[in-house]
Amino acid sequence: MSTTTDSTPQTHSMGHSMKRKEDPRFIRGHGKYLDDFTLPGMVWMSLVHSPYPHARIVKIDKTAALAVPGVIAVLTGEDLAAHNLAWVPTFHGYDKQMVLAVGKVLYQYQEVAGVIATSREIAQDAAELVDVEYEPLDPVTNPFQSREDKIILRDDRENKTNHIYHWEVGKREETDAALAASDVTIKERIVFQRCHPAPLEPCGILADMSPNTGRLTLYLTSQAPHAHRTVVSLVTGIPEDKIHIISPDIGGGFGNKVPVYPGYVVSAAASVVLGVPVKWVETRTENLTTTGFARDYHMDVEIGASKDGRVTALKVATAADHGAFDAAADPTKYPAGLFGIVTGSYDFPTAFTELDAYFTNKAPGGVAYRCSFRVTEASFAIERGMELLARKLNMDPSELRLKNFVRKDQFPYPSPLGFVYDSGDYHLTLRKALDLIGYDDLRKEQAEKRKRGELMGIGISTFTEAVGAGPSKHFDIMGIKMFDSAEIRVHPTGSAILRAGTKSQGQGHETTWAQIAAEELGLDPQNIMVEEGDTDTAPYGLGTYASRSTPVAGAAIAMASRKIREKARKIAAHLLEAPLDDVEWTNYKFQVKGQPDNALTMQQIAFAAYTNPAPDSEPGLEATFYYDPPNLTFPYGAYIAVVDVDRETGAVKVRRFLAIDDCGTVINPMIVEGQIHGGLTEGFAIAFMQEIAYDEQGNNLNTNFTDYLVPTSLETPHWETSSTYTPSPHHPIGAKGVGESPNVGSPAAFVNAVMDALSPLGVTHIDMPLTREKVWRACRQATTA
Amino acid sequence: MKVSVTVNGTKYEREVEPRTLLAYFLREALGLTGTHVGCDTSSCGVCVVVLDGERAVKSCTMLAVMADGHQITTVEGLVQGGALHPLQQAFWDQHGLQCGFCTPGMLMTSSILLKQNPNPSEAEIREGLSGNLCRCTGYQNIVKAVQQAAGAMQPQPAEPVAS
Amino acid sequence: MFPAPFDYHRPDTLDEALSLLGQYGGDARVLAGGQSLIPAMRFRLARPAVLVDINALGDLAYLRETDGVLAIGALARDAALESSSLIESSYPLLFDTGAVIADPVVRQTGTVVGSLCHNDPSGDWGVTALACRAQIVVRGKGGTRTVPIDDFLVDSFTTAVGQGEMAIEVRFPSPKPRTSGAYQKIERKVGDFATSCAAAQVTLGDDGTVAEIGIAIGAAGPTAVRVAGAESALRGSKPSKDAIRAAADAARALADPVADTRGSVEFKKDMAGVLVSRALLAAFERLGVGGLK
Repeated sequence: MSTTTDSTPQTHSMGHSMKRKEDPRFIRGHGKYLDDFTLPGMVWMSLVHSPYPHARIVKIDKTAALAVPGVIAVLTGEDLAAHNLAWVPTFHGYDKQMVLAVGKVLYQYQEVAGVIATSREIAQDAAELVDVEYEPLDPVTNPFQSREDKIILRDDRENKTNHIYHWEVGKREETDAALAASDVTIKERIVFQRCHPAPLEPCGILADMSPNTGRLTLYLTSQAPHAHRTVVSLVTGIPEDKIHIISPDIGGGFGNKVPVYPGYVVSAAASVVLGVPVKWVETRTENLTTTGFARDYHMDVEIGASKDGRVTALKVATAADHGAFDAAADPTKYPAGLFGIVTGSYDFPTAFTELDAYFTNKAPGGVAYRCSFRVTEASFAIERGMELLARKLNMDPSELRLKNFVRKDQFPYPSPLGFVYDSGDYHLTLRKALDLIGYDDLRKEQAEKRKRGELMGIGISTFTEAVGAGPSKHFDIMGIKMFDSAEIRVHPTGSAILRAGTKSQGQGHETTWAQIAAEELGLDPQNIMVEEGDTDTAPYGLGTYASRSTPVAGAAIAMASRKIREKARKIAAHLLEAPLDDVEWTNYKFQVKGQPDNALTMQQIAFAAYTNPAPDSEPGLEATFYYDPPNLTFPYGAYIAVVDVDRETGAVKVRRFLAIDDCGTVINPMIVEGQIHGGLTEGFAIAFMQEIAYDEQGNNLNTNFTDYLVPTSLETPHWETSSTYTPSPHHPIGAKGVGESPNVGSPAAFVNAVMDALSPLGVTHIDMPLTREKVWRACRQATTA
Repeated sequence: MKVSVTVNGTKYEREVEPRTLLAYFLREALGLTGTHVGCDTSSCGVCVVVLDGERAVKSCTMLAVMADGHQITTVEGLVQGGALHPLQQAFWDQHGLQCGFCTPGMLMTSSILLKQNPNPSEAEIREGLSGNLCRCTGYQNIVKAVQQAAGAMQPQPAEPVAS
Repeated sequence: MFPAPFDYHRPDTLDEALSLLGQYGGDARVLAGGQSLIPAMRFRLARPAVLVDINALGDLAYLRETDGVLAIGALARDAALESSSLIESSYPLLFDTGAVIADPVVRQTGTVVGSLCHNDPSGDWGVTALACRAQIVVRGKGGTRTVPIDDFLVDSFTTAVGQGEMAIEVRFPSPKPRTSGAYQKIERKVGDFATSCAAAQVTLGDDGTVAEIGIAIGAAGPTAVRVAGAESALRGSKPSKDAIRAAADAARALADPVADTRGSVEFKKDMAGVLVSRALLAAFERLGVGGLK
């Protein structure tokens, strides 16, 4: 039977700045975050932390703590060891991490004991009374001291060395030879300081071992609930079907909610042993001092070039500070993540990079804070390096870039460090940025100001990043391949439910995933319910971080939708009484070729799937797709910062910041713009005010929001944004992902701008954060020189 | 100690310790979990509520006992008669939230900001919100949201009187 | 993080409050805004056995000019100064200061008098009070006394308020004609403790010379401090570039800051000088005297 119908509302949703479907609960204060959950009989866990960065544990006296009314238990590393839970594997797979310290402590604030009590306050009161006797040892506080191996930190490892691993890629001899033969070279030690993602919601868990079901339910601040479920199963021996992880609304992740933290294990173990729900929510101090830090790379960057500015070679050697345990959540074959993207947007004839990682007496981690697996570090290195090269060549930094960019016709571009960049038009995007910012006029203004001794700077960053991990050939986390998944079920009356293996922490998947499916299926995105985060119902996925969701799960959604559409086409053929080959999907309808009036909507098909299914196929209308991406995706951008420096106080004012991003297909421009604003603000914070610093005695100097600085609305500049459009040729909807681009690209733009401002003073490089004092000092040294 | 607090128009009487912080009282004793806790140095503002309709306060830096006899408005109290407050509508319209964790505090601080300054400039909004942190939005759309709400909350011009 | 347990009282009258403070002595702390005390208690750096909450003493929430004095009561909130047209028009130094205390939410609850009594080395109100030569009114069982600000700020977190006493008011002299002032503060972000701060209050005589001057710096020693050397560099002569430079140098020499994540001793000392210079320039600018940069 054929019918004609009016087009359904809002079917064409890709590219629309649709208002977010998740917002109604958040604006009403009805979001359900981890700490909003309570269960009957729930008790609280509070941790005891080490004041020493490196010490033997002589003894732990629980007596006073246990005597506090309301205290149920005090757990130490020894107690956990009895259940084989003293150590857990880190996501990296190369290492393991103490849950509660056994034998010694390895960083200040390391978790030493857990107190379980009937209220938060009592748990904290009792935690103060746990009496730990330490024998302090000398600390190791930087990777260069560590590599001397004078103080060996990890007694538990077979090789008694602080050196964790060596990694390299590229052609060492060829690169060395090319550098030696170059007309001009630059070499600089560029440090990307340790910082911390600090989402506003701290990490936490509500663990509930139910004697009724024999199942362990974990409400968990998790960016990757399925991966966490598998790890919990492997570590505890509890079968995966008996573990239920619910990742609820998450108040920001930024990589902070990827690792498995001691607080989770202690709480889960306590719940299993005690048979009651146990809740742990960390304090901000615990968040900053113990959870996954970011960066801490010391990079020696060398670039060679001909005298007319054509690059010849790139060499980067890095010392990586991993803290006390290698808990960097990297894919197995990539201990330094995707650092190989360090050739950036440029066509280097040859390149080589190597990295040595070391233990130190600091908190464990490394891969976090919107880093795309170390792409932030790599991008910073190359964009600072190119800036230094431009200065040495006395060449305009935009000219140097345009001269050395990979050209549009070179894509797909095999980089000398092993990536195949999918697509890009770097010249177009940079030219658009230069045009929009009024680059030539700014340089004229700068020249005028320099005559008067005023310090104004312009900084460019043209980054290419690698995201969307990743193809099963190369990528796995603890052996699990990095596919992602979508399951879509269309209901009889033409709406749908979509579940994915990703987990939004503010990126808006409830809206964007609905938009993808709506576009593919001709349904209203308002009527596609999106669910993530419940391991009982969502298909297995590797979660949301490293900007992988749109490239991988977004693709899975498109592919699952297309499977549905293919089945729907068969139903359409059956209903329209036409041969299958004559039925096509046109204008969001199934129509007989050449007969637009002989068409059916997906709504009609859906109803028929349940009421009048095709004779040779199952009733219902649903599909699942596990997407194994054929390649990473390579979003890129051109950022330009304009700054004015007050040389008396070292204060830097960011006068303008323009970000042009190219992430291929954009699902929801409003959401993408919001991601850019947020990431630029994080890059701004990193460039100017953020650091997790340790002094020489191993004391953490930035333990709360008084000392670890998050910019407010007053310091944060106004962001100007625009885009270009270079779709990914291998992605089903041409999308590349974009969440981390602004944090990848912006720090170098800020630093390049300040260095540009200070260049008349002969200053070439200052490490971040560019505090007032550092800038002031640079200005003074120059004037007194 | 016993406290008697009116929250969002409803009077509650509960037993608390003097050291119970208002934020936890609201969340746990009263089940109003819209007010959040994000730091331990009164820096982040995700806990902001309104006291006696006139003061934005960081509820993590106030004792529940201090609220005895007073009125507190939390984010749950913004909806009036089932209708979204113009600020809530504006945050939604302008994409002024992503993870939503800072949103209740932003809404409550903004409500007092607009009460004291019904037509703020962008600079005044940025200044007025500088006690509330956000990690997701970079503040730009939050500013737009407050501007939209300010416009929506202006008293409408009076109808001309027929002569 | 939760405070250690304590007992709590909320008296209805000032006499009751003083009686409680007398009764508990050193075990009791006054709770006004609590914006410094409660965070300290949450970190258990402060563990008072007793809190005397004075927020019911609504009569103390005044901000009024009488008899040549601006009187600010113990419960006047920082924000009251920001929103006062009297302060904006006649007390520019106070207006500047009120705008940079902590953050705009904390200011709605924090009090001026409470801040002075807390006497954090990086606090703003102590600096401004010194520049203005303010006085603090202290009441106890024995009666009421008025303490000049220079005697009031004793040491870090220590003031002249004795056991059983409470500061109930701070008095700023109402400005004579041709008086203005300015506050300068460097903070890494809103809400941070000051990296450096300075206040200048100036009265010009009919002949254009500096008749009265108050200059103070903060975050530069155990407590906010008057830069007497800077004052004498300017007092009695017409404002000049050299005099301002000398004042700034006097501030640099006197500043005794602690090195921390905000800066080294060297940096902070220099900033003390820069901010004294800028505060003076701004104050003179407001009095119509320019060309001094």
